[in-house]
Amino acid sequence: MTGINIDKLNVWFGDGIDRVDAVREATVKVSKGESFGLVGESGSGKSTILRALTGLVPTWSGSMEAAGETLGKKRSRHFYKKVQMVFQDPYASLHPRHPVDQVLSETLRLHGFTNIDARISKLLDEVGLGQSFRFRYPHQLSGGQRQRVAIARALAPQPEILLLDEPTSALDVSVQAEILNLLTDLQTEHGLTYLMVSHDLAVVGHICSRIAVMQQGRIVEIMSIEEMRALQPKHPYSKHLLEASLGYKRQPVSD
Amino acid sequence: MSWMHSPEPRRLSRLHDWLRTEAPTSRRHARIASLYHGWLSFRSNSLAMFGLAILIIMGLIAIFAPVLAPHDPFIQELGNRLQPLGAEGHLLGTDSLGRDILSRLIYGSRITLYIVILVALIAPVVGLFMGTVAGYAGGWTDTILMRITDIFLAFPRLVLALAFVAALGAGIENAVIAISLTAWPPYARIARAETLSIRRSDYISAVKLQGAGPLRIITRHIWPLCISSLIVRVTLDMAGIILAAAGLGFLGLGAQPPSPEWGAMISEGRKFILDHWWVATIPGLAIFMVSLAFNLLGDGLRDVLDPKDDT
Amino acid sequence: MSLLTVDNLWVKFPTRNGIFDAVRGVSFSLDRERLGIVGESGSGKSMTGRAILRLIRKPGEVTANHIMLDGKDLMQLKEREMRKIRGQHISMVMQDPKFSLNPVMTVGAQIMEAYSLHAKATALETKQKTLEMLEAVSIRDPERVFRAYPHEMSGGMGQRIMIAMMLIPNPKILIADEPTSALDVSVQTQVLGIIDKLVQQRGMGLIFISHDLNLVSAFCDRVLIMYAGRIVEICDADKLHEAQHPYTQGLLKSLPRLDAPARRLEVLKRDPAWRDAESVSGIK
Repeated sequence: MTGINIDKLNVWFGDGIDRVDAVREATVKVSKGESFGLVGESGSGKSTILRALTGLVPTWSGSMEAAGETLGKKRSRHFYKKVQMVFQDPYASLHPRHPVDQVLSETLRLHGFTNIDARISKLLDEVGLGQSFRFRYPHQLSGGQRQRVAIARALAPQPEILLLDEPTSALDVSVQAEILNLLTDLQTEHGLTYLMVSHDLAVVGHICSRIAVMQQGRIVEIMSIEEMRALQPKHPYSKHLLEASLGYKRQPVSD
Repeated sequence: MSWMHSPEPRRLSRLHDWLRTEAPTSRRHARIASLYHGWLSFRSNSLAMFGLAILIIMGLIAIFAPVLAPHDPFIQELGNRLQPLGAEGHLLGTDSLGRDILSRLIYGSRITLYIVILVALIAPVVGLFMGTVAGYAGGWTDTILMRITDIFLAFPRLVLALAFVAALGAGIENAVIAISLTAWPPYARIARAETLSIRRSDYISAVKLQGAGPLRIITRHIWPLCISSLIVRVTLDMAGIILAAAGLGFLGLGAQPPSPEWGAMISEGRKFILDHWWVATIPGLAIFMVSLAFNLLGDGLRDVLDPKDDT
Repeated sequence: MSLLTVDNLWVKFPTRNGIFDAVRGVSFSLDRERLGIVGESGSGKSMTGRAILRLIRKPGEVTANHIMLDGKDLMQLKEREMRKIRGQHISMVMQDPKFSLNPVMTVGAQIMEAYSLHAKATALETKQKTLEMLEAVSIRDPERVFRAYPHEMSGGMGQRIMIAMMLIPNPKILIADEPTSALDVSVQTQVLGIIDKLVQQRGMGLIFISHDLNLVSAFCDRVLIMYAGRIVEICDADKLHEAQHPYTQGLLKSLPRLDAPARRLEVLKRDPAWRDAESVSGIK
């Protein structure tokens, strides 16, 4: 079974007195081709789960499976081909001294592809950037353009699973719409599996079909998007999060 | 290219547009455009341009020394000792052995340049290597490399130079080695600090997720980012290096007589400083000018290479 | 009678490629109401707030026909007189308390300083006022917070402390520049509630600057929408969904909505004509 399978995952930093449990007993199953959202506030552990999947955290227990491979301490070449990540801050996810061409050609080279020029052109087209962007440096690109480059980089090895860490939270509203549309289109075209982390319920509601609500490292509820839209959360924290996301309600001054 | 002669205004503006473009068409184009952009930024700093001008002049003097020097720097004229400034045939006077100070100054620039280039090539490179490996690897590697760095940092430069002289004999090359060995630790520290902060960036995580190994990450991702702060630091240290070489020369540990090294010239002129002040002072002024030029250049480079981003 | 009237405000910055106009001809008036200024990054909304408080330094250049506060033109005041205005008549709360609170002073010391800059009172009275203010922003243990340092506080607490500090001199106008953007969603509601309560109780005027159109329309009375340094539309907050200008409509349509699922979001098509059109005046 491809897709993502996380069972009783615990992630912690430090030990003894200084130990901080970032994720506790998290269990999530994402089927192939599905879009799954992880929502929660800061400190809920949602981003930590993504980092644990990619092998960027040192101490964890439990089991993780992705793209048919059981994950251990190190990740294999096969894993990096099948699972890719898009980071939150477009201003921090591209090397400041590498032009777009180098970012993409290095990625392709690391995965052993040969017809690099043609692939770079195709990738740029796929993410909606023209050829004129090919040799620009990141500081010559807007936030939305940088995020497109990051998505192109993630698509280069032709992955099955994309891990999205708040991909639009640093972008303007109008740019966010473009990137969300791009993500929707790419999923349809390539049959990708998405695991998306966000604090914005509306964004998650747009892209995902199921979500897990996290609070302080634990998953408190897993529900479908229809249940969320119908405002039918079961857990009180999910209810609280949902209400807060619906917007501010003005109240007359009581005292 | 034809723009070397008087260009047509149209061709010059096309070159100008090519350099200032926001949409480069090839890797080479992108790199050249970005260098040009840095140059424009540097050019607006007049003090830095002044420093650069002095260094270019010094470089030219060193290259064309045989043509520019009015006399042979080694020929002694004992009947013509300690001539003052503006004496006939000797613009800057003569020293205690009757040698023309101006010619010695001109030929001495070659030695200064030689020392500066060698140290600038050795010390930062060693420091970059040690610092980035220590910073990236962490753990025991980091501890061991940093303690080695501390040991070299603890060596007083002159003591080390004396040790070298005792072991290998006095001379310019040994002076250069001695200076380099004590100059690299600060670069290692800088490189390590930069590496530690870069290491946690998303772009490093991203390339790790493509399966990149530590060698590629260190050489192609971390080094390009460390190089600018190292360049700035090197130019600011140049003054100190020149003075260190001069100091060693002054003590007789570096360039040996009759070599016209500026520090050695000051040492020889020391005895006459009261009545014939120019013999020691003129080379001192030369050292001052070059050190100042490097400082100004370094400041200007720092503003260009390490701009604070306003997003 | 308006608390504040801004007429034809321009903010320019010289750059290597010419002069960049961050704010171009913005005019509006503020009564005892909540005025929202909405725009994306680069629209000039934050610059407008800072320009009112004369916080923009050289090489930035601020010009306006006038900025009238209580009959005085702020553009004519010297820096020394402007310092009396800041805090006492107009205050500003900024986005991230991590960066706007002094990390080496205790919370109490900072708030007391803010008070004593504008009022003559004994140390005891100042401390008393400070503790009252901390209670007013719903801090349950004011004594403990008084003695604590900013880094010991969470984001929401930090923002409440910021509000306490900015409102203790009792200004008539508060400018809030993205006050909740750095906070978690549930904390946002709390902090907005506190701003709501205090502004109503004190009869203040509020300028709320944000990129969040929905938030501003729920929280404010009137909304100014800015684009490329100009005001492109002004409307009452509850009538935002009947907005006329294509930019506002585009922004509204491009937001993903929990209650209205869509396969694709409508992408805003920027019309260069918006940039060149005259700024709409918000002076009542």
